[in-house]
Amino acid sequence: MEMDLDTLLEMDPYALKKEEKERALSETLKSLTIYHRKHCEYYDNLLSALDVRDGGSYYDLPMLPVRLFKKYELFSVPREEIKKVMTSSGTSGQQVSKVFLDTRNIRSQSRVLTHLISSFIGRERLPMIVLDTKLVKKDRKMYSARGAGITGFSMYGRNIFYALDENMELDEGGLREYLAEHGNGRILLFGYTYMIWQYVIREMEKRGIAMDIRDGALFHVGGWKKLKDQSVDSETYNRRVRQRLGNLAIHNYYGMAEQLGSIYIECEYGHMHCSNYSDVVIRNPKDFSVCRTREKGLMEVVSILPTSYPGHILLTEDEGEILGEDDCPCGRCGKYFKIYGRIKNAEVRGCSDTYERP
Amino acid sequence: MTNREKYVQAFVEGLEINADQTEGLAYEAIPEWDSVGHMNLIGCLEEAFDIMMETDDIIELNSFEKGIEILKKYGITIA
Repeated sequence: MEMDLDTLLEMDPYALKKEEKERALSETLKSLTIYHRKHCEYYDNLLSALDVRDGGSYYDLPMLPVRLFKKYELFSVPREEIKKVMTSSGTSGQQVSKVFLDTRNIRSQSRVLTHLISSFIGRERLPMIVLDTKLVKKDRKMYSARGAGITGFSMYGRNIFYALDENMELDEGGLREYLAEHGNGRILLFGYTYMIWQYVIREMEKRGIAMDIRDGALFHVGGWKKLKDQSVDSETYNRRVRQRLGNLAIHNYYGMAEQLGSIYIECEYGHMHCSNYSDVVIRNPKDFSVCRTREKGLMEVVSILPTSYPGHILLTEDEGEILGEDDCPCGRCGKYFKIYGRIKNAEVRGCSDTYERP
Repeated sequence: MTNREKYVQAFVEGLEINADQTEGLAYEAIPEWDSVGHMNLIGCLEEAFDIMMETDDIIELNSFEKGIEILKKYGITIA
């Protein structure tokens, strides 16, 4: 049976167990593959050139290397139906990914993101602190993942306060005032992993100040590379964030512009979780065979959401490992995993058209 | 101000458009009503009618007319 979005939205987003999930996901991703082949010529050409087996499971379906979205404009709907072109933030000097979204895809992304977030914080919109600056609206048609992330997350909050001013300076007075007004109840916080560290936590440490949030839920996303360079791991990060901001449940999450909506959220045990809408498969970078649990490899991410572009099965350039499935002490079903970040010399592997000298 | 006037005014302020652009307007139909504009609009509606909308309704509010229907849930009638 194929997965039906409306049915999934009625369920707990972490309810599906291994067998049932694998069966449903296989059916759904298989039809998505057929659909995208029919509606995206480039994708069809690419798959025709590969030896695509029609195996029983989604493990056998063809993966697209994410970097293809930087090289090609891939979409499966008529051009005039595209309402939004998402771009990835991409580090400087690199080409950005372009993701083409129609109304249906935008809507399903929002609905699923809401389902996932609200399973952690409830459906009520909470007072919200954005640990970032209010981004100016520049070219709105091509807006960056950073701006989109903040705007997208704003839906879960109310009375939004931006903790950094336009010069990226921490607004200590404003923050204290905001907490005096809203600090009695639960508070939602959102920001980018490194920005929070650099402009909020390090700054508060420098100034020797701390806030005393009584009950907060912090969601943060973004790369760990710069933090690793400073030898900051997630335990250190969480400890020092709590030291400066107070009693927070901290949820790092993983997601990519190419699969917005079906994000992977870290639970209270520090494990990233696949939901009913998504899955992670770890691949051996040498032959792309499936790695065992607790074996490091390249991350393949699948999502049932991409309908306007062929991004449902992607090979990332991130390294990770599966920690377990259906048995996390937090009670959520599905696989849970750990990420190690971008693999070194990512450009030497992946699609043959991307050969670059290091 | 009637509820309808307030409603139109929220679109005018939230999206920074003219009142004559509001009727029949749909999300993403004009550059002003993108996700950034949308959250401004929600803020203006919430302030104008002193309500707090649920996240699902924020997502579903994808046209001028749909908004009128959604606001009924919050006890607001727009004639």
